[in-house]
Amino acid sequence: MATQDATAALQPGKRRTIPFFRTVRKYWIFYVMLLPASIVLILHNYLPMFGVIIAFKNVNYADGIWGSPWIGLDNFKYLFSTDTAWQITRNTIAYNVVFIILNLGIAIGLAIMFHEMRNKGWAKFHQSAMFLPYFLSFVVVAYLGMAFLQGENGFINSTILPMLGIEKINWYFEPDYWPYILPVVNTWKNIGYFVVIYLAAIVGFDKEYYEAALIDGASKWQQTMKITVPLLTPVIVVMTILQIGRIFYADFGLFFQFTRNQGALYDTTLVIETYVYQTFLAMGDIGMSSAAGLYQSIVGFILVLVSNLVIRKISPDNAIF
Amino acid sequence: MSSSATNPTLGVDPLKKAKRERNPNEIGKKANFLINVFFWLYTAACVLPLFLVIAVSFSNERDVVVDGYKFIPQTFSLDAYRFLFEDWTPIVNAYGVSIFVTVVGTILSVILMSLYAYPISRDDFPHKNFFSFFCFFTLLFNGGLVPFYLVYTQTLDLKNSLWALIMPYLVGAFWVLIIRTFFKTTIPVALLEAAKIDGASEFRIFGSIVLPLSMPVLATVALFQTLVYWNDWFMSLLYITKDTNVSVQFLMYKTMLNIQFLSTNTQAAAGIAAGGGILSFPTETVRMAMAVVGVGPIIFAYPFFQRFFIQGLTVGAVKG
Repeated sequence: MATQDATAALQPGKRRTIPFFRTVRKYWIFYVMLLPASIVLILHNYLPMFGVIIAFKNVNYADGIWGSPWIGLDNFKYLFSTDTAWQITRNTIAYNVVFIILNLGIAIGLAIMFHEMRNKGWAKFHQSAMFLPYFLSFVVVAYLGMAFLQGENGFINSTILPMLGIEKINWYFEPDYWPYILPVVNTWKNIGYFVVIYLAAIVGFDKEYYEAALIDGASKWQQTMKITVPLLTPVIVVMTILQIGRIFYADFGLFFQFTRNQGALYDTTLVIETYVYQTFLAMGDIGMSSAAGLYQSIVGFILVLVSNLVIRKISPDNAIF
Repeated sequence: MSSSATNPTLGVDPLKKAKRERNPNEIGKKANFLINVFFWLYTAACVLPLFLVIAVSFSNERDVVVDGYKFIPQTFSLDAYRFLFEDWTPIVNAYGVSIFVTVVGTILSVILMSLYAYPISRDDFPHKNFFSFFCFFTLLFNGGLVPFYLVYTQTLDLKNSLWALIMPYLVGAFWVLIIRTFFKTTIPVALLEAAKIDGASEFRIFGSIVLPLSMPVLATVALFQTLVYWNDWFMSLLYITKDTNVSVQFLMYKTMLNIQFLSTNTQAAAGIAAGGGILSFPTETVRMAMAVVGVGPIIFAYPFFQRFFIQGLTVGAVKG
């Protein structure tokens, strides 16, 4: 308010112009500042948003992409008449649910352990090591996975399984193992990030709670369950709702790179992202892929919107708007 | 209730305790020991896979083919690297592409995002709500891969252009949100008003007051953007087919997909063919050597930069 008064006082005698133009004249420099990023947003974000209409078209290259005939919901009818629609939805949501639970439980456990470690120097060292996978691209992680899982030479098949007397497993052709492999990889790669978030919260808690509990004779376990976890709840709730809002979106790198996009694994590894990529760029089916993409965008939009509304109720600071 | 393992006040020599100034609420020795062991194992799990790749890259191809990947090379060999650097142009070129995209992308994105965040952080700017929404809506809805691809290739004609690798990450709404919040909460309005009364233009205020005061958040954004640009392979997968525009990550991906990629079109293939043909082509070890060459800079830079990332994440998490 004060700013407004001050700047208004600096610019007298502009009463007759329309308010909008007066604002533009007064703040023109702000519009100049907003311009470059706005152009990027329009080109990168808004043009593709309008492009979703191609999901309602029968795209053929003779008429061009934008001139192709409208076919209403045919692409969606065709998509949902296949088993694939159910399969990719199931895979996407199921993996995300597992990831959310693992990330939450393991990260909180690790964060509490870090906080309790006597030697803070070593705690920092281990935390750095744990954070390392977060910085590797999924191409690198796929190499690491290959070093362990490859059929003939991989470390597991060449060293571990023979030691246990188990026959070699053709990991990249056996879809049954991947619902276990992928959560391990996802946890390995991302847990460092979540630990940082939770540890930052735990470090900020008032020490007096714990001192009072100690005087009352509470054990470490009781302190953890009765003080740390309840104090963490707001952070947990926000982090979880944020992730639930993204439950319809999968990590393309994990499902595309780490599985090496093996068709034999699709039954348990194909998610919406990889399906759209595969149908569009490998098979050239614009209709099906754009329909699946729009299906994801719309359900994802609703979920993000709802989760954001919930967060705004609980913790306005963390809401996007 | 509390066992000696969990309650440190029991069974500790009081003299010793006084000397070392222990916090009375510390965990017991046993528990501390178990936690330490656990974290050593976890650290090993995080780091050892990298060692396996490095070990294989320094192994003799024949050993690897016969006995599989081992953590300790049976015969130490530089064959893989010798082969890889026989023709080093693809690697040097890929590093050039990655460095260019990362540097230009990071600098541009920090400039663009802070320029955008400043007006919408100002409460007196009447259109701040519109522009905030214009940016943050992109967090809620996106057009998906197909229209995105078609816009980039058909409308903007960016196929095989390095701009197709830079533009997608230039403006991240989440980072704009964090920068805006930082401007709002850390820079006193009184300071801006004083500067204005002294006759400073908005650009000057932004350049000589707002930006210098916001170095912590801008450094964080720059650090994370560097990581995003350096690690990106997806945009290359979509838009790059020309060999000269292949980045490090994409080169690694292509090598994994098809080891021949390294040898086709290069003198290396000729050299290998002359030196003994297919038999001496060290596919397994060369592949891993490529991974080592690609991941090297990250591993070397990591110990120096990781604490900034941790600090940055905390800034974002608390203020987000």
